[in-house]
Amino acid sequence: MNDLVFFINKGLLSGMIIGSIYAMGAIGVTMIFGILRFAHFAHGDMMTLGAFVTLIIAALLASAGVVLPCPIAFAAIIPAMAVTAVLAIGLDRIFYKPLRNAGARPVVLVMASVGVTLMLQGLIRLFAGVRARDMFIDQPKDIFQIPFPGATRAVILTEPQIVLIGFTVVAVLALHLFLTRSRLGKAMRAVSDNPELARITGINTNHVVWATWIIGGGLACAAGSLLSMDVTLKPDLSFNILLPIFAATIVGGIGQPYGAIAGGFLVGFCETLAVFNWSVLLRPIKDSLWFELPRNMALVPTEYKLMVPFLILIIVLIYRPTGIFRGRVL
Amino acid sequence: MSLLKISNLHAGYGQMSILKGVDMALEAGEIGVIVGPNGAGKSTTLKAIFGMLNITEGSIEFDGEDITGIRSEALAAHRIAFVPQENNVFHTLTVHENLEMGAYIRRDDFSRVMDHVYEIFPPLKEKRRQPAGELSGGQRQMVAFGRALMIEPKLILLDEPTAGLSPMFMSQIFDRVIAINKTGVTVAMVEQNAKQALAIAHKGFVLANGANSFTDTGRNLLENPEVAKSFLGG
Repeated sequence: MNDLVFFINKGLLSGMIIGSIYAMGAIGVTMIFGILRFAHFAHGDMMTLGAFVTLIIAALLASAGVVLPCPIAFAAIIPAMAVTAVLAIGLDRIFYKPLRNAGARPVVLVMASVGVTLMLQGLIRLFAGVRARDMFIDQPKDIFQIPFPGATRAVILTEPQIVLIGFTVVAVLALHLFLTRSRLGKAMRAVSDNPELARITGINTNHVVWATWIIGGGLACAAGSLLSMDVTLKPDLSFNILLPIFAATIVGGIGQPYGAIAGGFLVGFCETLAVFNWSVLLRPIKDSLWFELPRNMALVPTEYKLMVPFLILIIVLIYRPTGIFRGRVL
Repeated sequence: MSLLKISNLHAGYGQMSILKGVDMALEAGEIGVIVGPNGAGKSTTLKAIFGMLNITEGSIEFDGEDITGIRSEALAAHRIAFVPQENNVFHTLTVHENLEMGAYIRRDDFSRVMDHVYEIFPPLKEKRRQPAGELSGGQRQMVAFGRALMIEPKLILLDEPTAGLSPMFMSQIFDRVIAINKTGVTVAMVEQNAKQALAIAHKGFVLANGANSFTDTGRNLLENPEVAKSFLGG
């Protein structure tokens, strides 16, 4: 039973947590691709930026003497999402919009977004330094031990993890309702489907572009903040998860928000299950096995974790190039 | 005063000029048909009206207002609708959502217009929850027409509405065009099937090399031996 709890903790829960982060990042990347037709490489740093905005707002609230029943950083996420959304629109205004208006090809915008990535990384390091920071400035993070029937070990969940899972569920439902029920959400799908016809129909492309950055920026901020609460906030925090996010986007089908969610969780679970030490689960039945159980039987050594998303990506691109949800072909 | 008046229109893509002096005038409630050989600038004329081209000379007036070079997005507010030849529906959106998008610029209650569209195109009502991409070519064309009608246009521009459709659908489409026109909508249509189209046209414009070569009523053009010889295949 203890081994099962270990599996739940190290395999299922961590897969779900990293999957949620990937999913929220991938939703932004896939929607930006659907509407603006370019791969937004600065998305990882938009997550870091959002996390820093959360930290700054939390610090401001704390210095203003605000005391809340929950850690102040959680409350700071909501205004930080709004700030990050505005910053995202600003970045679009300054860097991407002039290129779009000049009729630049998508690859030029991709390069511009690489430039924005480097710029954001530089700016964040310039103002915040390179050290790791703790997002919990007013009180330590709570860790919940949920007893599991028949086991001495407990299922362990931290406060930010619970918030993250809850937030992801709410965000996905809200996104679904927005895209299928609201006028602007339908217009976003229309622009993603056929930009030329959307213009002819009189759909205001600017509003759609803003909505895209608000959703992308807001979710990036939430994901970045919650990820940095789960671990620590470092300037290179999200750059490392940018590649799995792109893998999740492509696996789900580019331009498909539901695909991004599925792809995010798929990549997240595959990653954690691939590095999970399976011998723990097999140990109880080791006498009936025909081979000697090694101490560590992970499919992939932890150092090579980053390889997993790419393996999935390659398999998907070979056997189903449009992704799970039939997105665009690159 | 004409509803649509195009004078000496020169337009093209970038520096390349395709239209070299097109003139057109349509009164409110008329059907105008643009015919001519391939590459004459028929579709280009519609695209120029709809702000999708570089206009270098000439002017387009609509309902007394100068709309030369206005952006495509802004034309719906003038109640001009355009049905392109290809990719004229949102494939991943349902039929109903396609019609809703047609009414995107309307902030008033458009359910009456929606009912009207479903009345003209009964098959659409049946398939309103289906993605438009799953429909047959003829039904997709109905969705495209319906989408355009949602703003209750004064002028509707149709770019080869019968292209790629079977002859049976073709006459159906022409019937619909007449029916739409009967409700007071002015129609400007580009057609390959020149004879059938001119037969329903109040005015016809025969273009060649980016300029008018004949302009007359539809009937007169059909009876004009010169037009018949050079453009209608005898």
